[in-house]
Amino acid sequence: MNEIKQQPIIMLENVSKFFGEFQALKNVNLTVSKGQKVVVCGPSGSGKSTMIRCINRLEKHDNGRIVVDGIELSKDTRGIDAVRSEVGMVFQQFNLFPHLTVVKNLMLAPRRVRKTSKEGSRELAMQYLERVHIAEQADKWPSQLSGGQQQRVAIARALCMKPQIMLFDEPTSALDPEMINEVLDVMIELANEGMTMICVTHEMGFARSVADLIVFMDNGEIVESNAPDEFFENPRSERTKFFLDQIL
Amino acid sequence: MTFDFYLIIESLPEIFGGIGLTLQLLFLSAFLGLMLAVIFLLMRISGRWYLSIPAFIYIYIFRGTPILIQIFVIYYGLPQFEWIRESVLWSVLREPFGCSVIALSLNTGAYMAEILRGGVLGVDKGLHEAGAALGLSARDRFLYITTPIAVRLAIPAYSNDVISLLKATALASTVTLLDVTGVARTIVAQTFAPYEIFLSAAIIYLALTWLIQRGFRLFEKHMSRYVQQ
Repeated sequence: MNEIKQQPIIMLENVSKFFGEFQALKNVNLTVSKGQKVVVCGPSGSGKSTMIRCINRLEKHDNGRIVVDGIELSKDTRGIDAVRSEVGMVFQQFNLFPHLTVVKNLMLAPRRVRKTSKEGSRELAMQYLERVHIAEQADKWPSQLSGGQQQRVAIARALCMKPQIMLFDEPTSALDPEMINEVLDVMIELANEGMTMICVTHEMGFARSVADLIVFMDNGEIVESNAPDEFFENPRSERTKFFLDQIL
Repeated sequence: MTFDFYLIIESLPEIFGGIGLTLQLLFLSAFLGLMLAVIFLLMRISGRWYLSIPAFIYIYIFRGTPILIQIFVIYYGLPQFEWIRESVLWSVLREPFGCSVIALSLNTGAYMAEILRGGVLGVDKGLHEAGAALGLSARDRFLYITTPIAVRLAIPAYSNDVISLLKATALASTVTLLDVTGVARTIVAQTFAPYEIFLSAAIIYLALTWLIQRGFRLFEKHMSRYVQQ
């Protein structure tokens, strides 16, 4: 735990974000070290998704600094593609490209961004499909797969870019209950391999077993961040207690 | 009045001779119109006012005026200007065929630009974000994600527009072209049998429409093969 603290790979400093008049993020500070697993929780509308979407600049922050792998996110768009290819993201709604087969969903970015050959990217894709235990579905259309399978494909698609960081934005919230575990299992495997992860989720069992750090957000602020044991056993703020009472 | 059924059969082959010209007008205008539509679509969605406003004005003007007037303005109006008659464009504008193709292309281009824009706007925003998150450039996202999905979404409206265009080609007969309608009008002038002759022409348009419908239906099926029924 001490060794990984030395290398911050993501740094948010006093980050604020407005949607019109509404302030979605209020002076958020967060430092994530290489290999760290962070779970972000909080009520809906608390700014969790907005925060992780700022990290790969799907949302632009208005104030403060965000530095990812040594690159500061700013108006300069050249840095952004570099950051995005280092940061994988998994969405609540999977967002697989419906017009491409599963394997081609995985091949697109390596081919276009990394300029990998067709054969090379297919090999890479099959390797990652294997890893999320879904290689036999390679030539199907996304719409032929179950939700859990689609989300595993989405994880494999992000991994094909060999990212240093993975962001998960409520990856199991759109799934039927019986499919949640197959996705969480893949995420746990990934965590065990040392991937740096930030995960917005309501799966507290996952948080407890995987996270190094739990961040609780409410009203656009980070109310509390702590190691899982402390977070669940001795929450410091009333808001955290209230939230935990409701979901546990 | 009498209805001479035999006259229909007799005149069909002659009217059929106009199909070549009708199809040339159709394919050339549809092709050029599509080129224009893509250019104006890109201008319209560029997010830059100096591109989107001209595109908006073009679309407004050519959707907002009758094609017949557009053909007349181009065919009868433009040659009034000496500089037009002296320009390289004159070789095209001097011919009724060139004028008709230009007018039809400009008109259908305006409609198609809006049809394509509808398709582009119909593409799920989440797919864009997924592409962006993978590091795909804006250009690659447009080419590999937006375009194939937008094309599929636009096909029904697009085929509608091509059918409209087929019928609009009949207006070229007003500037002396002998397309299907032009030939029919000539025969009517000789036989004074408008009923039978124009019905024959109508049959030909119906047959062509059927072929277009069928073609687009197959294309749509191919483009929608990933959609679960």
